[in-house]
Amino acid sequence: MTSELDIFVGNTTLIDEDMYRLWLDGYLVTNAVALRVRSGILEQMGSTAAVLQSDTMDRYRTFHMLERLLHAPPKLLHQLIFQILPSRQALLIERYYAFDEAFVREVLGKKLSKGTKKDLDDISTITGITLKSCRRQFDNFKRVFKVVEEMRGSLVDNIQQHFLLSDQLARDYAAIVFFANNRFETGKKKLQYLSFGDFAFSAELMIQNWTLGAVDSQMDDMHMDLDKEFLQDLKELKLLVADKDLLDLHKSLVCTALWGKLGVFSEMKANFKNLSRGLVNVATKLTHNKDVRDLFRRAVLPKSVFSVCPLPRWLPTPGPLGPLHGHPPWLPPAPLS
Amino acid sequence: MPGKLKVKIVAGRHLPVMDRASDLTDAFVEVKFGNTTFKTDVYLKSLNPQWNSEWFKFEVDDEDLQDEPLQITVLDHDTYSANDAIGKVYIDIDPLLYSEAATVISGWFPIYDTIHGIRGEINVVVKVDLFNDLNRFRQSSCGVKFFCTTSIPKCYRAVIIHGFVEELVVNEDPEYQWIDRIRTPRASNEARQRLISLMSGELQRKIGLKVLEMRGNAVVGYLQCFDLEGESGLVVRAIGTACTLDKLSSPAAFLPACNSPSKEMKESPLVHPPSHGCRSTHNSPIHTATGSRLTQNFSVSVPTLIYTGMGSGSAGKEGGPFKALLRQQTQSALEQREFPFFTLTAFPPGFLVHVGGVVSARSVKLLDRIHNPDEPETRDAWWAEIRQEIKSHAKALGCHAVVGYSESTSICEEVCILSASGTAAVLNPRFLQDGTVEGCLEQRLEENLPTRCGFCHIPYDELNMPFPAHLTYCYNCRKQKVPDVLFTTIDLPTDATVIGKGCLIQARLCRLKKKAQAEANATAISNLLPFMEYEVHTQLMNKLKLKGMNALFGLRIQITVGENMLMGLASATGVYLAALPTPGGIQIAGKTPNDGSYEQHISHMQKKINDTIAKNKELYEINPPEISEEIIGSPIPEPRQRSRLLRSQSESSDEVTELDLSHGKKDAFVLEIDDTDAMEDVHSLLTDVPPPSGFYSCNTEIMPGINNWTSEIQMFTSVRVIRLSSLNLTNQALNKNFNDLCENLLKSLYFKLRSMIPCCLCHVNFTVSLPEDELIQVTVTAVAITFDKNQALQTTKTHVEKSLQRASTDNEELLQFPLELCSDSLPSHPLPPAKEHLESASSNSGIPAAQRATSVDYSSFADRCSSWIELIKLKAQTIRRGSIKTTVTVEKASPVGDGNFRNRSAPPCANSTVGVVKMTPLSFIPGAKITKYLGIINMFFIRETTSLREEGGVSGFLHAFIAEVFAMVRAHVAALGGNAVVSYIMKQCVFMENPNKNQAQCLINVSGDAVVFVRESDLEVVSTQQPTANCQSSCTEGEVTT
Repeated sequence: MTSELDIFVGNTTLIDEDMYRLWLDGYLVTNAVALRVRSGILEQMGSTAAVLQSDTMDRYRTFHMLERLLHAPPKLLHQLIFQILPSRQALLIERYYAFDEAFVREVLGKKLSKGTKKDLDDISTITGITLKSCRRQFDNFKRVFKVVEEMRGSLVDNIQQHFLLSDQLARDYAAIVFFANNRFETGKKKLQYLSFGDFAFSAELMIQNWTLGAVDSQMDDMHMDLDKEFLQDLKELKLLVADKDLLDLHKSLVCTALWGKLGVFSEMKANFKNLSRGLVNVATKLTHNKDVRDLFRRAVLPKSVFSVCPLPRWLPTPGPLGPLHGHPPWLPPAPLS
Repeated sequence: MPGKLKVKIVAGRHLPVMDRASDLTDAFVEVKFGNTTFKTDVYLKSLNPQWNSEWFKFEVDDEDLQDEPLQITVLDHDTYSANDAIGKVYIDIDPLLYSEAATVISGWFPIYDTIHGIRGEINVVVKVDLFNDLNRFRQSSCGVKFFCTTSIPKCYRAVIIHGFVEELVVNEDPEYQWIDRIRTPRASNEARQRLISLMSGELQRKIGLKVLEMRGNAVVGYLQCFDLEGESGLVVRAIGTACTLDKLSSPAAFLPACNSPSKEMKESPLVHPPSHGCRSTHNSPIHTATGSRLTQNFSVSVPTLIYTGMGSGSAGKEGGPFKALLRQQTQSALEQREFPFFTLTAFPPGFLVHVGGVVSARSVKLLDRIHNPDEPETRDAWWAEIRQEIKSHAKALGCHAVVGYSESTSICEEVCILSASGTAAVLNPRFLQDGTVEGCLEQRLEENLPTRCGFCHIPYDELNMPFPAHLTYCYNCRKQKVPDVLFTTIDLPTDATVIGKGCLIQARLCRLKKKAQAEANATAISNLLPFMEYEVHTQLMNKLKLKGMNALFGLRIQITVGENMLMGLASATGVYLAALPTPGGIQIAGKTPNDGSYEQHISHMQKKINDTIAKNKELYEINPPEISEEIIGSPIPEPRQRSRLLRSQSESSDEVTELDLSHGKKDAFVLEIDDTDAMEDVHSLLTDVPPPSGFYSCNTEIMPGINNWTSEIQMFTSVRVIRLSSLNLTNQALNKNFNDLCENLLKSLYFKLRSMIPCCLCHVNFTVSLPEDELIQVTVTAVAITFDKNQALQTTKTHVEKSLQRASTDNEELLQFPLELCSDSLPSHPLPPAKEHLESASSNSGIPAAQRATSVDYSSFADRCSSWIELIKLKAQTIRRGSIKTTVTVEKASPVGDGNFRNRSAPPCANSTVGVVKMTPLSFIPGAKITKYLGIINMFFIRETTSLREEGGVSGFLHAFIAEVFAMVRAHVAALGGNAVVSYIMKQCVFMENPNKNQAQCLINVSGDAVVFVRESDLEVVSTQQPTANCQSSCTEGEVTT
């Protein structure tokens, strides 16, 4: 006796959060069943493994059918085939677009192309995330990228509008898209200690201050591309190290601004000249694409300069006068190496 | 020209890409009704076209309005080649034809293609202008309302229940026409869908005509079925109960607790036509005069006759004479009818006087022997024969009427089994006749109390019993005789006293049969049928005993015929009726008493059985009060096993064979183990696993013993197909497979719905079919309803109290409304201390709270009143939410760590544009009040695929299709302005596959009543918090505030 066909269709589509997670994490039906058996759910309900198998298959099928709609979340809201409560719809979307920290660190700044997709096998082995899950996450990045690539207006808003993500997740996607577009190198050994959150934070400030859209709100497209003119202008910053008066002025302004806000204030004050020189060095060479891509690596490279504080917290320095304005008080004090 | 149909095509969305080059579509729409077609402009290059068409106007006969569906086809314009069809929408405009229902159909409809499924949506507005036509000789029956609900719909009251109406139409099945060889599958499927739509329209119109002729205005319990006979044709047949319904004035309909029709009857002015002293019953059969369109003979049931001799019928005051009079009256009323059948399963109080038992008839027919397959005469004759049989069975039980009546067929190749079953009953004539209503109403009031157990009392003559039965005096009134077991096909009457809870009881049976042709086959089947009925009956009886119960309600026995086997599946809800005697246990007797080890084995089994009975009694809370023997009086001697089941088979040769189902002279409940078969039977008795704790199941409308439903409902359909290993199939192996299939299916359902605990699966409807040699398909549709566990305990305790209270409310007219209200929603106990009070308030208001937590009626958020009630409700809500959360965390023994998962707060719920439409097989929605019936939904879909693997195999294919069917039903209801479907039923789900060719096809037929419901408003929250005495005033307050 074998089951040829086995389905369950409810008027309201039931979403089991745990099952959804297992599916998203790319577990095969057999693995998912094994995991569920171990969770002791059978004892709770006095059920059999066959029941669990059938339930798992059925849920997976449902998710599989929903996946097509999840690729364009507004469709999920308007479709008539599955009656899903709004709170569940939100959960479905949010979870589907959620990603693993380990995974995003591997692909951040890489071109979202077929080539990268081929490397997913390796990433899966390195991170321990199933290949299926890696593919989903990669495809999500790519899909979001494609949709918002040519769009005008704020990156975060566009993502939110077209994918109905929560504010935080939309910001993260904005960072991913921004990094992918500018191909910032983040995979180097020196940058390994930086979390996705660190990069996302930098990305946000760069989008706000360094992009074309940021400079001219009238020209409100191109929130993804850096303002070339601005990068050119950064050359002028040489003055800050060359001119002694300006250096002192800069130092006093920065110190005033950061007084009491930085754990390593005294070190910073003592090393200000070196730090400033390092930064300006990085800033003045952002004229070539290749240098831009290398921004993060170069910014942490001069050991002597950046041994005090990890770079990204310094980096978001849009104007010549407020290099540390962006340092968020909530970030933990930078580690001394 | 009595009608003008107006259609406007507004827009489309989510259309499929039809032009690969541009990834866009140039869509336009064809609107067709009858032979007239209109087209919209082509909307170039868009997947979301905005046509905003003019109003397309069709001027048509109302006859056509009833028969024809509106057909909307969406196409992709192609300059060089033929336009490609995207899909179609069929809209049944019938709901627009009666005044009280919908006035406009407007909304998004899924565009459906039989090959690709749903492909986008289209926004359509449909209106009908009807001109009054007083032509006596008309062929249409606009204005007759149809209800699938098998009880008097909630916002109506029955003035008269006229009786049985039936009709049958036949046509050639397009699938079997010669043209089918050259046309595409799509064309063939569409031809079929269209034909069935047309036929059901015609059928409905014809039934409507009969109803008008009987002077009724509605059909209740309308059941329409398709018989896919294959070569010999396609039959659409329907049965129903003609009624004259009065709409209750809307304020009454909004009051929460007034759902008992008798109450409302007293309150609302009796507005029915003044009774003319005498009315001619000889309405000339006008339809034959202009019957050119009619393809079949009418078997008109004679319209109601006023029994002039009875006057107002208030003569009988005493039980005895009254009974006789009642019988006389009923008889006279019913004898006028060809078939005194009622498809209803629930009745207005007082309607049902006595219940005799289940009557059923089956007959095996050969389809290839129909002389004139295109004409309905032969099938009409078949059904008439069966109905006649049912009628005579009922008579044998001393009953004049059959209630809970239904008909079904099972077809395999050229063999067809026709079945009919119902419950023989004696009815109160007051609903059957005009003019005697008031008189009988008084009678009912005086005769009130006995009716609570009255339906159990035997209708037949004690000395001249139709079958050997074991009678005792009623345990309730101690005056009348009752049988010891009662089987019925109806729902449990609301006034019946039940002890404990009920449960789903199923008998499952398979019998192998040799493959044979034509007559030999029919004979083989006819020979097997009596044995199957017998065994099914025995199984039911044994299982009922095992549960410690004494009555079955909602019994439905389905016999399915296949190539090489017959399947029998009986489902019913077992209960313990307080009026019936306590069932005895089951005794096992061995055949070889001298064998010691055997003896031991027997006693072991006996112990197991006794344990099971004891366990079941505890599980279902069956603890009847002990009654000493003297009070009851000694039971009538000669105890025997009796059967409430009177049935017969007849094969094509019209030979009728009666079968005595009684077990001869054996002692009541002795199971004799004389061979391995019997051993198996006993074992199978014990293998039925009770549902996990927190779950109950029944196949009736509601679970006896639970009455505090909360508003969360989940309707579902589950389908399973198993392939039997063809190696040496024996009856036992087959039985075991089938039994396992059903049990596993139930287990899966319990597991799947565990988040709803405590809950009850109601209206569990199993359908078995044998699509191929080694395939068994089981389809289950049911609804899971949550209930409040704490309150359940209290209500069972106060049950007796409550029923007493209810009895008193009947007499005190002034107080009846508030009392009823309170007894229903609040366990009657003194005011609890403050803290507890809040808690009880929260549990009471659990209905609205849960509603807010689960449903998404955003519009109602705005107009919520902001009084102190709000605060309490909010509290209730948070308490409830909290409890839900804890149950979830218990389950969250998730094996996957949260570590690598980025948790984020969910975004604010995005505004959904799709309103929630509830679906339920029940006639009501818990925690809500149905305010309007918008019309019948009756839809037929075919889905076919030639890429089965790509669509996820058979499971993926059928899963998607059923989801689509649900979506289309919901869309139609929403377009009618409704928010729920009640009495929903999936009447057919025919699935055929050919995995080798990568093909599959499925036909689904669903129906139900589209309704508008409103949540029981804040007013109830107010009233439940007040002590009983203040209820009246608080209710009016509530009305003011809302």
